Amino acid sequence: MANKNSVKVKKGPGLSDKTSDAVLVAICTIVLLIVAYPLYYVLVASFSDPYAVYAGKTFLLPSGFTLDGYKAVFADPDIVSGFLNSVKYTVIGTIFSVVMLYITAYPLSDDKLPGRKWISLFFVVTMYFGGGMIPTYLVVKQTGLIGNMWSLFLPGGVAVGNMIIVRNYFKNSIPRSLIEASEIDGCSKLRSFINVIIPLSMPIMAVMAVFSMVAYWNDWFTAMIYLGGKGQPLPLVLRGILLKSAASQEQAAMVSGGFAELNKMTEMIKFCSMIVAALPMLIAYPYVQKYFEKGFMAGAVKG
Amino acid sequence: MENCIKKREGEKKRNETFHNRANLFFKDVNYMRNKNTNAQGGTAVVKRRYTKSLGQRMKDNWQLYALLAIPVLLTIVYKYIPMYGIQIAFRDFDPSLGFTQSKWVGLQWFERFFTSPNFGRMMKNTVLIALYSLLWSFPIPIILSLIINQVRFARFRRVVQTVLYAPHFISVMVICGMIKIFLSPTGGLLNLLLGTQIDFLTQSNAFRTIYIASGIWQDAGWGCIIYLATLANVDTSLYEAAKIDGASVFQRILHIDIPELLPMAVLNLIMAAGGLMNVGFEKVWLLQTDLNKATSDVIAVYVYQLGIEQGKYSYSTAVGLFNTVINILLLIIVNKVASKVSDVEFV
Repeated sequence: MANKNSVKVKKGPGLSDKTSDAVLVAICTIVLLIVAYPLYYVLVASFSDPYAVYAGKTFLLPSGFTLDGYKAVFADPDIVSGFLNSVKYTVIGTIFSVVMLYITAYPLSDDKLPGRKWISLFFVVTMYFGGGMIPTYLVVKQTGLIGNMWSLFLPGGVAVGNMIIVRNYFKNSIPRSLIEASEIDGCSKLRSFINVIIPLSMPIMAVMAVFSMVAYWNDWFTAMIYLGGKGQPLPLVLRGILLKSAASQEQAAMVSGGFAELNKMTEMIKFCSMIVAALPMLIAYPYVQKYFEKGFMAGAVKG
Repeated sequence: MENCIKKREGEKKRNETFHNRANLFFKDVNYMRNKNTNAQGGTAVVKRRYTKSLGQRMKDNWQLYALLAIPVLLTIVYKYIPMYGIQIAFRDFDPSLGFTQSKWVGLQWFERFFTSPNFGRMMKNTVLIALYSLLWSFPIPIILSLIINQVRFARFRRVVQTVLYAPHFISVMVICGMIKIFLSPTGGLLNLLLGTQIDFLTQSNAFRTIYIASGIWQDAGWGCIIYLATLANVDTSLYEAAKIDGASVFQRILHIDIPELLPMAVLNLIMAAGGLMNVGFEKVWLLQTDLNKATSDVIAVYVYQLGIEQGKYSYSTAVGLFNTVINILLLIIVNKVASKVSDVEFV
């Protein structure tokens, strides 16, 4: 699909085309650098001596290469438990979300289901109107989920926008005749769901799984209001670290290097924990990137 | 002559795709409105109606209803009951009495909010942040995707796309951490480059710029996806014809790409305008300091502070409701305008 644009008909482009190519590539390169450099800077800084970083000596390569920051991060019980909590929430939350997407989108993609339109509307309404922060919080509290992991998953369980994309994908990209054929062969609705729909919907589900993975991995607000301080995910732990500005006297007394050493450690942990929090998702998304556009268009435009 | 026909075909196609894409987000609502939208499904349903009774058809589909039971239940409990609970905005909520039994106080909380000393400031900040965000972050993805789309080196284009998407996958928490590090008065990158020692986060006149610039950095690339996907569907014969006529890249963008993107762009603009008052709570709250409050004090943060931090449930709900009502009004106005402009009703 992407290759369709690159016009290949022309042989030996004229001067104006060559210049315009150069201009386009130059603009893209500048944009590329603007986006990439801040991330690269944090990465480099995480391997550097923070004093060198703050003195403006670190721009392209680490200065005073060190792994102490990462050692400290992985030795910090708060960060490690935050990391493990985040992994747990992400895995369970993603599985839960994908299951919910399937079991909502599949029935609603069946044109012959009586009441389908009304049920769709029932879900779509919640995209535009909601109870707001406090009434939702009170209901979560009333249902006894405060401090419970499931408070992160259940209230936002049905992602309606994604559900519509998936439903449209089922309708447009999976031939109805396949399902009808399986039904004639004696499959129940459930059987054809498991045997036909699920195997054929992998591309869109890969995208949706990554979306919810990212959402759960990066979420902290829900955790902050619903978990009540227990089982904090990594971003919340990170918040505590970022708020730490300078070490206090008593803390400094406990470290052999004293004040300076402790401050240095605090700053290094800032850089390293940010990398630890960001890296997993940055590694994950390129694997499904090619599906983004396809999935969106298939789910969006009626075929 | 040939070009003329091509152009006409192109226009026709564009109109069709416009309607397809207009259906895109609002398909459900369109179903409700316009039963002919889905001609195939429609006739099938009509046919069935003669052969089987409604009860029989529902019975045939019991497995599908069973699948829907859990999502429907969750939606009732966590979406519809809170909507019902909005009435505490008009009551003095007492947890032991619940949503419906607490004392009715009418518009007391709204009055208190409208007369509170910070009301004007919060309204102004919320609207200005939203408006400036929209003005900046709406056109940039369009411009970017027009440029990226014209790059002819597929592999380079791919790299650019991958990198531009990256910040979207990073937590707001990390973004705010990065902002703090880059803007730090002692050795932050920006101060190093400028040779200054300004603590930008305590400057109230810098807050909006920080908020919007970091937002563009994070999401402009991601915003390109839908436009790039649209441009990928442009009929290549249009480009070829343009080339034969000697059109430059700039002319191709102007006469082929921009008209192609316009419907999608209008749709996005309408959507964004409808949600104007939904200023993201997270980033504002994380970047707020006592010193930049003059520009960073927004309604969403106030709702959180009142409700979760201070436990003033009713007051907080009232403020939130006020925000929602403005949004709904905007949505209705925008929808009216849209239906006039394009004969498609969006909501």
